[in-house]
Amino acid sequence: MSSEKKKLRSAKLFIYTSLILVGLASLFPFYWMFVMATNPNNLINRNPPVMTPGTEMFSNFQKVLDSIPFFQAMLNSLIVTTSITFGVLILCSLAGFAFAKLHFPGRTILFVFILGTMMIPPQLGLIPTYFIITELGWLSDLRAVIVPGLMNAFGIFWMRQYISSSVPDELIEAARIDGCSNFRIYWNIIVPVILPAFATLGIIVFMAIWGDYLWPLVVLQDQSTHTIQVALRSLMDDRVRDYGMILSGTFWATVPLIVVFLLFNRLFIKSITDGAVKS
Amino acid sequence: MSNTLRKEINTGAEEHDGETENNVKKPKKPKKRLFSQKQKDMASGYLFISPFYLLFAVFGVFPILFSFYLAFFRWDGLGEMEFVGLNNFNIIFNDPLFWKSLYNTIIIGLMGTAPQLIAALLLAFALNSVLIKYKSVFRLAVFLPYVTSIVAVAIIFSVIFSNQESGLVNSFLGVFGIDPITWTRSEWGAKVAISAMIFWRWVGYNTIIYLAGMQAIPNDLYEAAKIDGATLRQQIWHITIPMLKPFIIFTVFTATIGALQIFAEPHIFQGRGGRPEGISIVLYLYREAFGSNFFGTASATAIVLFFIIIVFSAANLLLVNRIGRSGKVGEK
Repeated sequence: MSSEKKKLRSAKLFIYTSLILVGLASLFPFYWMFVMATNPNNLINRNPPVMTPGTEMFSNFQKVLDSIPFFQAMLNSLIVTTSITFGVLILCSLAGFAFAKLHFPGRTILFVFILGTMMIPPQLGLIPTYFIITELGWLSDLRAVIVPGLMNAFGIFWMRQYISSSVPDELIEAARIDGCSNFRIYWNIIVPVILPAFATLGIIVFMAIWGDYLWPLVVLQDQSTHTIQVALRSLMDDRVRDYGMILSGTFWATVPLIVVFLLFNRLFIKSITDGAVKS
Repeated sequence: MSNTLRKEINTGAEEHDGETENNVKKPKKPKKRLFSQKQKDMASGYLFISPFYLLFAVFGVFPILFSFYLAFFRWDGLGEMEFVGLNNFNIIFNDPLFWKSLYNTIIIGLMGTAPQLIAALLLAFALNSVLIKYKSVFRLAVFLPYVTSIVAVAIIFSVIFSNQESGLVNSFLGVFGIDPITWTRSEWGAKVAISAMIFWRWVGYNTIIYLAGMQAIPNDLYEAAKIDGATLRQQIWHITIPMLKPFIIFTVFTATIGALQIFAEPHIFQGRGGRPEGISIVLYLYREAFGSNFFGTASATAIVLFFIIIVFSAANLLLVNRIGRSGKVGEK
C-alpha cells in the first residue's frame, strides 16, 4: 500500500514538473518580448542578453510610431476584421437557416457544393483574384480584403448544423400559421436561439481574419492601408535591425488580443475546440 | 425581442380573435394567398444562400478556372498573353529552387507538426490526469501562443534565433561552448527556427482539442477495463487512442494542410524574397508572381500545390485508417 502511494506521489511530481516546464516554455517568449520592448539596444546586443525589463518602453514605442502608422494599421485591422465578422455572421446564419429549415429544389446538392469548396486551397485562385481586384480598382483599398472575406463556407456549414439541431420544426410551423414571413422567422425566432453559435463562429472568424497575412500583403500595397500584420513585417525591413523597436511594435499589437482572450478565455477556448471538433 | 415577435404575430394573424398567447391553435384554413408556402420557401431559400454563390462565382470559380488557364500562358500581368502549352510546368520542374521549396515545405512540415502532435497528445494526457490540480491555469498557459498572430510569432522567433552572437539561442549555445549559428542562412538552422515557430504556436491548440476528446470518453470504459485488470498502458492503447481517433484525424489533417501552405514564417524570417534554406512552395509562388511578374509559372505552381495537397490528404486518410485498425480491441 505504501509503495503504491509512493509511486502515485512520484507520478504526480513528474507530471507537475513537466507541466510547469511546458507552461514556462509557453509563456517565456511573451516575457522576453516585453524585456526586449523595454530595453535599449546596447543592452539587447550585449552578450549574455539582458533578461529583466528595462526603462525604454516609451522611447522604443515612439520609434515604432516613427517607422510605421501603428494606430492606423490597428484601426485598419479592426475595420476589416469587424466588418468581415459581422458580415459572415449574418450571411452564414441566413444561408444556414435556408439549408436547415427551408425546402427548395437542389438544396442538398447546393449544400454539398459548399462543403466541397472548403477543400480548395486559397492559394489556387490567388493570382486571378489579384487581377480581379485590380480591375475593380480596389488595390490598396480595404474592400479588397473585406468583400472576398465575406465568403465563408465553414460558417454556413456550422450554422446549418447548429440551426437544425437547436430550432425545432414545430416552432417554425407555429410562426408560419401566425403568418410570419421567412425573414421574420429568421429574425425573431432563429437569431435569438443561435446567439451562442454567433459567439463561437464570431471568435473563430475574428481570429482567422485578424491574423491573415498573405492576401492583405498582396492587395494592400499602400502603407496607409496596411493591416497590423503587414505593418509589423515592415519593421523588419531596416538593414540594421532595431530589435527593441521591432518587438515593441509586436508586443503592443499583441497585448489587446491577449487582454480580450484573458477576459473571455473560457468562451474562447470552448469556441475554438467546438469549431474544430464538431466539424 | 419577444415583444416584437408577439406584435408581429398579432398583426399577422387577423383571423385569430386577438388571443395569441397560445401559438398551437388548431390550424385554421389559411386564406387564399398569392404564393404557396412552397413557392415562398423556394424564393427565400435561394435568396438567403445567394450571397455565397455570387461571391464564390467572382472570387472562387472564376479565379480557379482562370488559374488553370493562365498556367498555359506566358504573361507578365500587363502585355499580351502568349500560349506556351506545358512550358510553364517545364520551367518550374527544371528549376532547382522549385524542388528545394517542395523539399523544404515537407521537411519543415514534418519537423514542425509530427513532434508537436505527439507532444500535444502527451500534454493532454497530463492535463487529463486525475492527479492534477490547477488544470485551467496550465490550459491557459499552453493556449496563449495560439492567440498570438503568426506574423507576431515569426517576428518574435526571428529575434530569438537572430544570427548575432548575442541572440538568445546563440548566447545560450555559447554557454556550452557552441559557436554561434547563422540561423537565417544555414540549411538546418533555418528549418529548425521555422519549425520552432510552428511548434510553439500550435502545440497548445492541438492539446486543447485532444483534451476535449479525452474528456468526452465515458469513464465507465476505464472502470470496466480496470475491473478486467487492464494496466494504464493498455487503457491508453485500447481505450484512449481509439476513442480519440476522430480528433487525431482532424488534427493530422489540418496540420498537414496548414504545413503545406506555410508562407509567413519563411517570408518574415528570411526576408521578402526568401532564401533557398527556408523557401516554401507558397513563398516560391508569391515570388514568381509578385517578385518577378511571371504569372504563368506562378499559376502552374498553384496548380501543382493543389494536387500535392490532394495527394497528401489522401495519403493521410489511408495512414490514419490503418492506425485506427490496429487499435481494434478498443473500438466498438
